[in-house]
Amino acid sequence: MAAASTRMPLLRKHPSLLIFLGVLALFTLAVTLMSEAYGPGIISASFVKTLGKTLCLCLIALAMDLVWGYTGILSLGHFAFFGLGGYMIGMWLMYARTRDIVVASLANGALPPTPEEIRDAVAVQIFGVVGGNTFPTIWYFASSFWAQLALVVLVPGLLALVFGWLAFRSRVTGVYLSILTQAMTLALALWLFQNDSGLRGNNGLSGLQNLPGADAIPQSYVSIWFFWASAAALGLAYLLCFWIVSGKFGSVLRGIRDDEARVRFLGYPVEGFKLFVFTLTAVLAGLAGALYYPQAGIINPAEMAPIASVYLAVWVAIGGRGRLYGAVIGAAFVSLVSSVFTGGRVPDVNLGFYTIQWVDWWQVMLGIAFVIVTIVAPKGIGGLFDWFEGVKSPDRKGEPLGPDDGALREKEAVE
Amino acid sequence: MRSLLAALAAVLTLATMALAQDAPGPLQTILQTYREPIQKSSRTTVGPAIAALAGSGLPGAETVLQAWSDRSLWVRKTDGFFAIAETSGNDLALTDVDSGQPIGTAPKADFDQLRPNSGIKSVIASAMVQFQLSSPDRATREKALASIARDPSTDQLAPLRASIAGEADPVLKAQKERLERLLTLRFDPDEAARVSAIKSFSGDIGVDLRAALNPIVATTRAAGPAVPQGANVAQMLTPGSSALSEDEAKALLVSAGILPPVITPAERAKALVANIVDGQVGGVAVADLDSEANRSAAYEALEVAGAVPPAASDADVAAAMSSAVFYETYAEPSPAVTDAALVTLRSVELRLALNQFIDLALDALSLASIYFLAAIGLAITFGVMRVINMAHGEFIMMGAYTGYVVQQYIADYTISILVALPAAFVVGALAGIAMERLVIRRLYHRPLETLLATFGVSIALQQLAKNIFGTQARPLTSPDWLGGALTFNDIVSISYIRIAIFVLALIFLGVFLFIMKRTRLGLEVRAVTQNPKMAASMGINPERINMMTFALGSGIAGIAGVAIGLFAKVTSELGQDYIVQSFMTVVVGGVGNIWGTLLGAMLIGFLQKGIEWLNPSNTLAAQTYMIIFIIIFIQFRPRGIIALKGRAAGD
Amino acid sequence: MNSLLEVSGVSVTFDGFRAINNLSFTIGPQEMRAIIGPNGAGKTTFMDIVTGKTKPDTGRVVWGERAISLLKLSESQIAQVGIGRKFQRPTVFEDQLVRENLMMAVKRPRGPVPVLFFRPSAADRERVEELAGEIGLADQLDRKSGELSHGQKQWLEIGMLLAQEPKLLLVDEPAAGMTLAEREHTTTLLREAAKTRAVVVVEHDMEFVRRLDCRVTVLHEGAVLAEGSLDFVTQNPEVIEVYLGR
Repeated sequence: MAAASTRMPLLRKHPSLLIFLGVLALFTLAVTLMSEAYGPGIISASFVKTLGKTLCLCLIALAMDLVWGYTGILSLGHFAFFGLGGYMIGMWLMYARTRDIVVASLANGALPPTPEEIRDAVAVQIFGVVGGNTFPTIWYFASSFWAQLALVVLVPGLLALVFGWLAFRSRVTGVYLSILTQAMTLALALWLFQNDSGLRGNNGLSGLQNLPGADAIPQSYVSIWFFWASAAALGLAYLLCFWIVSGKFGSVLRGIRDDEARVRFLGYPVEGFKLFVFTLTAVLAGLAGALYYPQAGIINPAEMAPIASVYLAVWVAIGGRGRLYGAVIGAAFVSLVSSVFTGGRVPDVNLGFYTIQWVDWWQVMLGIAFVIVTIVAPKGIGGLFDWFEGVKSPDRKGEPLGPDDGALREKEAVE
Repeated sequence: MRSLLAALAAVLTLATMALAQDAPGPLQTILQTYREPIQKSSRTTVGPAIAALAGSGLPGAETVLQAWSDRSLWVRKTDGFFAIAETSGNDLALTDVDSGQPIGTAPKADFDQLRPNSGIKSVIASAMVQFQLSSPDRATREKALASIARDPSTDQLAPLRASIAGEADPVLKAQKERLERLLTLRFDPDEAARVSAIKSFSGDIGVDLRAALNPIVATTRAAGPAVPQGANVAQMLTPGSSALSEDEAKALLVSAGILPPVITPAERAKALVANIVDGQVGGVAVADLDSEANRSAAYEALEVAGAVPPAASDADVAAAMSSAVFYETYAEPSPAVTDAALVTLRSVELRLALNQFIDLALDALSLASIYFLAAIGLAITFGVMRVINMAHGEFIMMGAYTGYVVQQYIADYTISILVALPAAFVVGALAGIAMERLVIRRLYHRPLETLLATFGVSIALQQLAKNIFGTQARPLTSPDWLGGALTFNDIVSISYIRIAIFVLALIFLGVFLFIMKRTRLGLEVRAVTQNPKMAASMGINPERINMMTFALGSGIAGIAGVAIGLFAKVTSELGQDYIVQSFMTVVVGGVGNIWGTLLGAMLIGFLQKGIEWLNPSNTLAAQTYMIIFIIIFIQFRPRGIIALKGRAAGD
Repeated sequence: MNSLLEVSGVSVTFDGFRAINNLSFTIGPQEMRAIIGPNGAGKTTFMDIVTGKTKPDTGRVVWGERAISLLKLSESQIAQVGIGRKFQRPTVFEDQLVRENLMMAVKRPRGPVPVLFFRPSAADRERVEELAGEIGLADQLDRKSGELSHGQKQWLEIGMLLAQEPKLLLVDEPAAGMTLAEREHTTTLLREAAKTRAVVVVEHDMEFVRRLDCRVTVLHEGAVLAEGSLDFVTQNPEVIEVYLGR
C-alpha cells in the first residue's frame, strides 16, 4: 500500500474485495446452474432456500462485524432489527396474498364484492387467529409494497436511531451497552408476543413464501430469484461496508473501538460516529431480514429472542472479528454446520453406555466451541488467512488491544 | 301370654290412632292440607307446604322437616295420615308428628314413603336454616349462617333477627349481627332501616358487602318517549356523548321499538341477492353492486317498490334521536337507598384502594426480594471483577435442579429443603470456581469477550440440563408449613413461601454485610474493588479474591435457584427468565454496592407490580414498559442509583 | 489581558477529597509553561478539567479571544476549538499504520458525514509526510504503530497533536521513560511547537524542565503555590518545604 497506490480504485487497491465478490459471483452462478429451475436440479428448491437464507445471515453478520468488530459496540439487538425488517415485508406479503385469496373466493358470490367487504374479509382471515376482525393502525400501509419496503428501512433505522441516541448520549458503553441492547430486544420480543400488538402475537406472520400474484410460478423459480436477490444484497452491502471501513471513517471506527477517549481528544464526535454505524447496520439488518423471511416462509417473535442476537455474535466471533470476510465466513460456516447437525444428518455416536444424539448435543458443542474460540483463537477462522499470509500481528507491548475494552487498561495505567 | 300382650298392643295402637284421627294436631293439619303437593314431590309446587311448615312456629316443625328430608316421613295410603316412622322388618315403628310420641307399629304395606328429590331437599334445607340458627350445636349455627350468606333471601331476615338475642357465642353473635345488617339493607321493607344499615357499613371492605350493594346500584339503560313514572333515574344520557355513543343510542331506540331494526351489510346483501331480476336489482346492474353507494341505492329502490321491509333512513334516526329521551335507571326503586349505597360504596372504594395498595406493595416486596436474591451474586462478581457472568441464570437453574434432585432422595420436604439450600450453594460455588478458573481468568481485562464466553457456557449448560432432565418442568415441592398464605383481610394476603423468600433475602443481606464489613475477606474484596493494583501491591492476592467472590456469588445464585424453584416450575429455561431482570437490577442499582442492588431490586419489583396493576390484563406489555422505563432511567443515571464517583469509577 | 486560556476559581471534589482547590491559571497565545508539583497536587486533574473529561464543581474555564466557556463543551468540541492533549503513556492506535494515525489527526472536518466522504488529497498526504519527517518517522509510515518503540510512539503522539494544529498543547510527562537522545529530540519538538502556539508541559523531571527554559507553575494540594522562572520558584521556601520538607 504505497502512497502512489492510494488513487487507485477501491477494487484494485484491495484484492481481497475482488476475491470476495468473485467467489460470491461464482457461487451464485454454480448454484443457479445446479438448481431445479435453471439446471439439472442437483440442488433442490428447499436447499436453494437454505443457501439463500444463509446469504441473508451473512449479510446481518456483516452488519454485526461493522458495529462490533470495527466499532467495538457489542450489540445484542441486531436480530431485533432483522426481525423488524422481516415483519415489515411480511405484512405486505401476507396482506397482498390474503387479499388475492379473498377476492378469488368472493368472486364466486352472487354480488360483486365491495371494497369494504374485501377489507373486512381480509382482516378476518389475518386476525381471526388472535380474535380480531379489523386492521390495526400499523397495517395502514400494508397494501402498498413500496411503502412497506420503505418501512423495512425506516422502522429498524428509526428504532436504532432513537435507542442509539439515548444510549450513546449518556455514554453507556461496554457491557452496560450490551445489556441494554439485550433488554431492548427482549422488550420488543415481549411486545410482539402479545396478541394485541397488531402483528398476530406468537402466531407471527405466515405463508410468506408465496409471492402475491405469482401462484403459477413454481417455488423452484421463486427460490432461485430470492437467492439472487440475497446474493446481490450481500455483494452490495459488502462493497458498502468495505468502502466505509477502508477510508478514514474506518480508521476512526477502529480508533473508537480501541480507545474511545483518545478519539474524542482528537476532536471526533464519537457519539455521532457510533450512532451512524449503529443505525446503518440496523438498516442492513432490516434488509437482511426482509430477504430472509420470505424464504423462511414464517416469522414469529421467538425469532427475535435475545439469544438469537447472541448467536449472531457467536458467528462473527468464530469467523473472525474486524475483518468483513471473517463475518461472512463465520455466519455461513456455523449456520450451515448447525443445520447439518440439527437436521439429523450426522449419525448418532453410540458409546455403549450412552448414545450421543447430535440434535441434542449440538448446542452443547457449539457453546463449548465458542468458549474455546474466544479464549484460544480470538481471531477466529479469519486468523487462518493471516497465518497463510504469514502476517504477524504487531508486537504489542502491554495489554493486547482489540475489539474489547483493552485500551482502557492502558488508560488506567496513565492515571 | 304373648298373644295377650300382642292383642293389647294392637288395641292400644288402634286406640291412639283413633285418637289421633279424632283430633289431628296442628302439624298434621298442615301436612294434610298440603298432602297432594307433598306426595307429588315436585320442587315447583312443594314450596308453599314447606313454607307453611317452617312458618308455623310449632316446636315439632323442625323434626318433621328433618324427617321428610331423611326419608323417614311416611303417609298412610288410605287416609293420608302422616307419621314419622322407622322400618323394622315388614313393620313401621310410628311416631306422632305433633307430639313426638311413639304411636305403635303398622305394616309397611299400608304406608307410602316420601322420597324427596335433591331439589326438594335443598328447599327443605334452606327452610330449616331458621331452626338451625338457634341450634344448641355451634357448628350447626355456623353452617346455617354460611348458608344464609351464600344465598340470602327475604324470609331469612326475621328468624335471623330472632336468633341474635339468644346467641351466646360472641363471634357468632357478631357474624349474625353483620349478616342481619346485610340482609336488612337488601330486604327490609322499611326504607329508613335499609338506609341506616347501608350507612353503618361505611368504609367496610368485605367482599360480602360489595356483593350486597352492587345489585342495588346496578343500572340499566333505556330509551323512550319519556322517563317512566316512579323510575329511580341514575342519570339522563345524551347521545353522542362519551357515556352514550350514537351507535349505542341507536341500539337502544331499536330495542325500545322506536326504530325499525338497523339492517347490517350482510343482511342487505342477502336481500339484494334475493331480488335479482334479469341481472338487475332495483334498476342497478348486478355488476355495478361493488360499492356501498350503489348497494344502498339499489336497496332503497327495493324499499320504494315494497320488495323489502323498510330500513331506518338517516332522517328517521335523527328524528327518533331528537324526540326520545335516554336514561339510566336503578333496578332499586328507592332513591334514598341508592344514594346511601353510592355514598357507602365510595367510602368503601377509598379504603379498598388503600388495601389493594398494601397488597400490591407486599407483592412487589416479595418480587423485589426474588430479584435481589437473583441479582446479588451478579452484583458481587460485577462489582469486584467487572465481569458480567451471562451464565449466572444457569447457576440459578442448577440450584433449582439441585433442590429437585435432593427431593428425589429425601422424602421429607422440610429436611430436603434444609439439605438442598447448602447443597445448592456448594453446587453453584463449585460451578463458579470452575468457570472462573477455566474461562474468566483467561479473559481478564477483556470484558466483552468474557460476556460472550460466559454466554457460550450458558448455552451449553442450558442444553445440558435439557439433555439430562428433559424439557418438561420438574416440581420442587415446598414443605406443608410453607403452604397457604398469611391473610390480613379479604384483600391483603401474602403466601408463606413469599415471606420465606423475603426472610431469605434479608438473611443474605445480613450475611453479605457481615462478610464485607467484619471479615478479612470482605476487607480484601473491598480493596480489590476500589483499586486492584494498589490491593495487589499490598500483598492481597487478587486471583484468590476473584475466585472467592466468584464462588460466593455463584453459590448465592444456587440458593436463589432453590427459592425460585419453590414457586416456579424447574425447567432448563428457569435461569433465562430471571437473568435480564437481574441485569437490570444491577445496572439500575449501580455497580459495586449492595445497597444499590437492594434499591435496584426494590425499584424493579415495585415498578413491575405497579405497571401490572395499571395494565392487569397484559403482563407482556407490562414487562415491555418496564424495560423502556429502565432504558430511559439509564439516561439520567448512567451509573445506577448509587454510583461510584471520581477516579475509582474508571471512565 | 490577552490570554488564550483562563482558569479561575476552579474546585473539584471526588468523594470528599478536594483534588483541585480554588485554582486559577492563565496562559498566553504563544507561551511555553511547565507545571510541576508533587504527586497528588492535581496536575492530571487540571488537564482533565481543561479538556472536558472532568466537570468542576465551581469556577470558570474561558477560552480564546471570544471568551468561550469550555465547561459547556464536550471533549471533542474542546479538541476542535484547538486544545490538544498528550497522555502520560503514549496512546496511539496500535492496530493502525503510522500513516493512518497521522491522517486521522490532520485537521479536517470531524463530523461523521464529511469523514465518510473524505478521501485524502495530495495536500493531506504531503502534510502527513511532512509531519512524519518532523517527528523522525518518515520511513516508518507504513508500519503498524504498535510495532514502534516507546519513544517513537511518544513522538508519533506529538506528531498527531501537531497535525491537529491546536492553539494550546497540553503535554503530560513527555520525557518519561526516554533515553537521553530521545529527550533532546522531544525538547526540540516542544520548543519548536511553542513558537506558534501555547504549550503546557506537566513534568516531574527538573532537569527536563530546566532544558525547556520557560515559566514554571508549582501546584500543591490542588492550588497554585508559586509561579515564575525555574530558578525563582526553586528558591521559594514554600516550594522547598513541599518538595524536600517533612
